[in-house]
Amino acid sequence: MRTATATTDSANAAPVLKSDGDSDAEPESVMRTGAQIVWEVLREEGVDTIFGYPGGCVMPMYDAMLDYPIRHVLVRHEQGAAHMADGFARASGRTGVCLATSGPGATNLVTGIATAMLDSVPMICITGQVPSHLLGSDAFQETDITGVTLPITKHNYLVTTAEEIAPTLREAFYVARSGRPGPVLVDITKDAQQASCEFVLEPPPVRLPGYRPELKARALDLERAIALIDAAERPVILAGHGIVKSEATELLRELVARTGIPVACTLLGLGGFPATDPLALGMMGMHGEAWVNKAIQEADLLIALGMRFDDRVTGNLKNYAPRAKKIHAELDPSEINKNVKVDVALVGDVKQTLASIVPNVATRKRAPWVAHIEALKGDTAVRDIQTMPHDGRLFAAHVMHDLWRITEGNALVVTDVGQHQMWEAQYYKHDHPRKLITSGGLGTMGFALPAALGARLAMPNEEVWVIVGDGGFQMTACELSTCAQEEAKINIAVINNGYLGMVRQWQEFFYDKRYSATPMKSPDFVKLAEAHGLTGIRVTRREEVAEAVKRARETPGTVVIDFRVEAEDSVYPMVAAGADLHDMIRRPVAVVPEKAAKETL
Amino acid sequence: MSTSTLRTFIAYVEDRPGVLNRVTSLFRRRGYNIESLTVGRTEREGVSRMTLVMEADDDAALRLEANLYKLVNVLWVEDTSRAQTVIRDLALIKVGVGAADRAQVMQLCDVFRARVIDVAPEALIVEITGTGDKIEGLVDVLRPFKILEMVRTGAVAMLRSSEELALRPSVFPKPTSETAAA
Repeated sequence: MRTATATTDSANAAPVLKSDGDSDAEPESVMRTGAQIVWEVLREEGVDTIFGYPGGCVMPMYDAMLDYPIRHVLVRHEQGAAHMADGFARASGRTGVCLATSGPGATNLVTGIATAMLDSVPMICITGQVPSHLLGSDAFQETDITGVTLPITKHNYLVTTAEEIAPTLREAFYVARSGRPGPVLVDITKDAQQASCEFVLEPPPVRLPGYRPELKARALDLERAIALIDAAERPVILAGHGIVKSEATELLRELVARTGIPVACTLLGLGGFPATDPLALGMMGMHGEAWVNKAIQEADLLIALGMRFDDRVTGNLKNYAPRAKKIHAELDPSEINKNVKVDVALVGDVKQTLASIVPNVATRKRAPWVAHIEALKGDTAVRDIQTMPHDGRLFAAHVMHDLWRITEGNALVVTDVGQHQMWEAQYYKHDHPRKLITSGGLGTMGFALPAALGARLAMPNEEVWVIVGDGGFQMTACELSTCAQEEAKINIAVINNGYLGMVRQWQEFFYDKRYSATPMKSPDFVKLAEAHGLTGIRVTRREEVAEAVKRARETPGTVVIDFRVEAEDSVYPMVAAGADLHDMIRRPVAVVPEKAAKETL
Repeated sequence: MSTSTLRTFIAYVEDRPGVLNRVTSLFRRRGYNIESLTVGRTEREGVSRMTLVMEADDDAALRLEANLYKLVNVLWVEDTSRAQTVIRDLALIKVGVGAADRAQVMQLCDVFRARVIDVAPEALIVEITGTGDKIEGLVDVLRPFKILEMVRTGAVAMLRSSEELALRPSVFPKPTSETAAA
């Protein structure tokens, strides 16, 4: 990727974009090199920004790129390119595109591809491949990347001729964004990029006989679902990523307005229903509020919309919502009855499904049930870190809360993975979809910074904040350099507790406080920012949070704030992995100073 | 939950490089254990047909079908337990018998409607087609005569009557020059 073997790429300086004038043939076509065709198709698909890293086997594409109106973001590591394309797609709803060379360039994309796969993000990964006559010979920088990525892509292709490039790429875009979206990889040999062929300007319709992404819930099942909803006394809606992806937030609000049913969200569903709505319960599952999980456990009907009953959401399946009938509206039939056995499956786009349900459900209030849930809150507020007596120490939750307050809940927040991710989900109230971007399924540390840069370029008018731990930040901190080069404005809140906090927390709870490989020494993040020509701010006390956030918002360019937070705080409440959903570890009522806690043990 | 039984699936797939790999990779990843798998051409150009035998309960079977459909190159899947099906397996068995026992082995083969297709001084090769049970039965009676080698194709299956053809969706490629050109 970094160095190329001796190649003769300089000979490909064919003039570009010159139409071959007088051909009267029905579909107008022009002669193009394979490399040019790649850019022609990307332009046709409306792509204006891509993320990539050049190398030997993509040099023809990089050379051709200069003649096309495309913004190329030079990343510092290909993993960053994949995450940026992912963040770009999640923020905008468009398809993200990344580009890498063969071998190590391609394998470096793998983590990013798997991340997009588990969160169903539409993404196209274009990789260069060694010339077709060398395929299978273990040539320099050859990797069987279609083999490597087979289980982590929605589909992938190996292209060995220039003629195949246009139809394959068009098909790839169609597959990536239709149905349950996902990453599609197109591996193009170098000789296919260099060869020339006719390029038909009018794209023919994609023909995929076996691919049927348009599924619709059956009328009979819709009727059964409506009957269950009308009859339910203690229903809960479980809103997932599908609500955001299919842009069903309005319909969900209508459903709630008619039926008075409270809504709990999955991590990726946050923002799919306004967090400040009185019927919003917030996040469910492992780090959901105890009363939310209790409500789910006591429910007589669960209406799961565009979610997949992940183990982080259900806890022990044997005792999950034992009294509840279950309706599962989901686009992917292979998710039905995978984890939780359901009574009614509505296989189809959740927006269409809701459109069929909403006008036909009975209008009613469910005041006793809502009041009961309210009562389940119990002493939750007392245990909330926000309401605990202020002793000058800085807790991560303070940062999230203040950030939410100051940005009035309107920032586009990109989180990494770990404790800060859960605190953000608990304390930053998202009222709008596509305002929280996080790696939910794969839980990829190092995701936040590159994904945020992608989101920033997709949504130039948003205020973009990264919230990241000291561990995850260091995994992809090299992309600070990309932020500087692109002159992108991102605010980065590093929640720095000197530990790999989530693992430390598990070690505290389940491994007798034996902190194996979790204490972490970090560089001076303020100086790191400054070394990139960016601004760094350090915050050690709660009083300084607001000022630092304000300064970051006013300062041009990317700003890194190093929040030195309480080292051994934990995310509460918590359902231990595999435990029953209502069996939660709660925050101790008083935060006992570390020393005193040790003495009492 | 229903109990796990051996189930036979028919999958029509596009005849393209890597499709078999995609199918087997799916089974490996989702933890299905393949009992047998056969692949071959069909009457339609560009379409291959797989017969898959594996252990699965009703739920697992439905999810398997759904997962197969998620593969872009899979055209049509049929769970044969839903309809009357003919299932056949073929075995070649080399038995180490000389002139002395040859007649007796040939007699047994007759009972099983197997055929002796090659005879050498010290061995003969038996060919048998049938259900798995029938083949096991022959193997059992031949065992005392010393089986030197055996090879089986694995099951191939076909639904009875024309039911299956009627079920196929319209997107299924037609056996015309149209697909040959594509």
